[in-house]
Amino acid sequence: MTAHEKQAVEAEEKRTDTVADEPTSTDTPPPPGTPIIEVENIGKRYGNVIALSDVTTSVRAGEVTCVLGDNGAGKSTFIKILAGAHEHTDGELKIDGISRHLSSPRVALDLGIATVYQDLAVVPLMPVWRNFFLGSEPTKGFGPLRRLDVSTMKTTAKDELAAMGIDLRDVDQPIGTLSGGERQCVAIARAVYFGARVLILDEPTAALGVKQSGVVLKYIAKARERGLAVVFITHNPHHAWPVGDRFMLLRRGKSMGDFPKSEITLDKLTAMMAGGTELDALSKELESSLGADSELIRDMKAETRG
Amino acid sequence: MTTATAPDEQADEQADERVSSTSTFGRILKRPEVGALIAAITVFVFFAVITDVFVTPSGASTWLRSASTIGIMAVGVALLMIGGEFDLSAGAMTGFTGLAVGVMTTEYGLNVWAAMAVALVLALVIGALNGVLVMRTGLPSFIVTLGTFFVLQGIDLAVVKVLIGQVAIQGMSDVPFYDQPKALFGSALNVAGGNVYASVFWWIGVTAVATWVLLRTKVGNWIFAVGGAQTASRQVGVPVFRTKVGLFMTTAFAGWLAGMCLLFTTSTVQSNTGVGQEFIYIICAVVGGCLLTGGYGSAIGAALGALIYGMTNQGIVYAGWDNNWLKAFLGVMLLGAVLLNEWVRKRAETSR
Ligand SMILES: Nc1ncnc2c1ncn2[C@@H]1O[C@H](COP(=O)(O)OP(=O)(O)O)[C@@H](O)[C@H]1O
Ligand SMILES: [Mg+2]
Repeated sequence: MTAHEKQAVEAEEKRTDTVADEPTSTDTPPPPGTPIIEVENIGKRYGNVIALSDVTTSVRAGEVTCVLGDNGAGKSTFIKILAGAHEHTDGELKIDGISRHLSSPRVALDLGIATVYQDLAVVPLMPVWRNFFLGSEPTKGFGPLRRLDVSTMKTTAKDELAAMGIDLRDVDQPIGTLSGGERQCVAIARAVYFGARVLILDEPTAALGVKQSGVVLKYIAKARERGLAVVFITHNPHHAWPVGDRFMLLRRGKSMGDFPKSEITLDKLTAMMAGGTELDALSKELESSLGADSELIRDMKAETRG
Repeated sequence: MTTATAPDEQADEQADERVSSTSTFGRILKRPEVGALIAAITVFVFFAVITDVFVTPSGASTWLRSASTIGIMAVGVALLMIGGEFDLSAGAMTGFTGLAVGVMTTEYGLNVWAAMAVALVLALVIGALNGVLVMRTGLPSFIVTLGTFFVLQGIDLAVVKVLIGQVAIQGMSDVPFYDQPKALFGSALNVAGGNVYASVFWWIGVTAVATWVLLRTKVGNWIFAVGGAQTASRQVGVPVFRTKVGLFMTTAFAGWLAGMCLLFTTSTVQSNTGVGQEFIYIICAVVGGCLLTGGYGSAIGAALGALIYGMTNQGIVYAGWDNNWLKAFLGVMLLGAVLLNEWVRKRAETSR
């Protein structure tokens, strides 16, 4: 067990059982465009390592904020501040207009900020429906007869996944048998169901092929349609562009700008990311990936713009 | 991942066809205990055919009793294994609790019920200690409980010898109120001329409760989860520490229950009772479909594993064979089961 895990064990013991049993996703969402998270000149130092400085952006209901940057640019550091995993050391973090320091993931969750990390937090051998409710299982009955509400769990899991456009053969199959993209989508659907207003996705497409990335991007668009604010971390501008409403670029821990979609083009975004020199190679890569699955990309664009 | 090139619509159509072809029969075949059920039926038929006594009431009562105490333990150990841990002290625990009650009552005149309560508390404390040590240190439970095993074995032998001057409990049936717990843990019900011992009912009860907990409660969900992916479980809010410590305590409780059944059925316990049985429990659990790596398995399967053990154990005696064939048989069963389980796990974990 690593030191980190041990810490987690201790934290867990202190934690009282506060897992929300009642999903809050049925609440009416705020009108699209309402800022939920605003950060101003935010920064994070690890001792004397400055991992992040002077980052300003906003995360709004019904919008997708893309955080772009190369490896080591500070993307994970940024979202860890939003997710409550690390507290920021500089600048200001406002949630619903109130200035805050998030001291733990639990605090962030209670504010409706859910994070889907790359390892997805699923148990591969367990059926999809058990995974969907893991840690917040609904029960019925009292005393020793208190038991899982299996039928509700199964139908809810199936319906929630269907609402996200994921049509599963069978919610009884082990989640390990789903494709990487499908698993990512189940994790997203779960966060949405358990009342997330803000959904943070750390490089959800990094380990996926072109087609599966497309599937995940579709669900990001779906989540936005449902009125959620999405923070989408990626190092691929071609994944960010079709779904993003706002683009924040990071390089070496510094913000290179925060642009609404109307103020930037894909070419400019790509150029800024690649620093100009690798632009050719990247645009070729773009062409080949678009060519391989152009129908899907068209679908996707139609859906996100329509 | 190899089918990722198929267009969306086509894949969906295929999927729907597959749903309708997943019959009830197919579903049953996917349960972890199926292998054990088939093996149990085979073993039963085999000994029923080649021996005369095996299916007689008195013959059956012997192998059922043999299966029952092993079965109580195998179910406890199976829960723990599904939760991703081992308990090598489980065998010595049955002796320890039996001896504790025997020494406290025959030597010190403690009321038998009080002695049983004390033994239960001791067992639960040792179980909790196992769990806390494993979780705190991050050491494999294999090592931690191997330590506990040696400590318990030492106590069972040395301390008992110092206290009562011998290595077996004597005069247990003269203890006041002995009949009360005897009725509960050691009596037998006459069914068609054969004895069905109380331990058989406990075995069935424990299996039923464990199955209910595993498949129909929150805690059951958590047991599968902590055994399958501990870090992921923690991230979604499963109380990993509590679940695991609870499992070690459950195994210790099973040790106490089996110890009481042994003590009150035979009215004696030896210092070496249960030593060496810990691996039998694990074999029963594995034969019943538990993965050694955790996260998958069944209580019914473990109970069937114990039934196979009990039937073979007695069947070999009835057949008049050399008793050592049992060991060879167990080895073959274990290897077969591990290979089968591994195949099932690979199928369940591979992306399509
Ligand atoms: N716990 C830490 N202690 C010290 N430095 C860190 C720590 N976490 C990240 N860093 C540094 O901060 C920088 C940004 O890292 P990160 O946010 O993980 O980048 P990205 O996710 O964009 O790849 C890196 O240079 C990294 O070495
Ligand atoms: Mg990162």
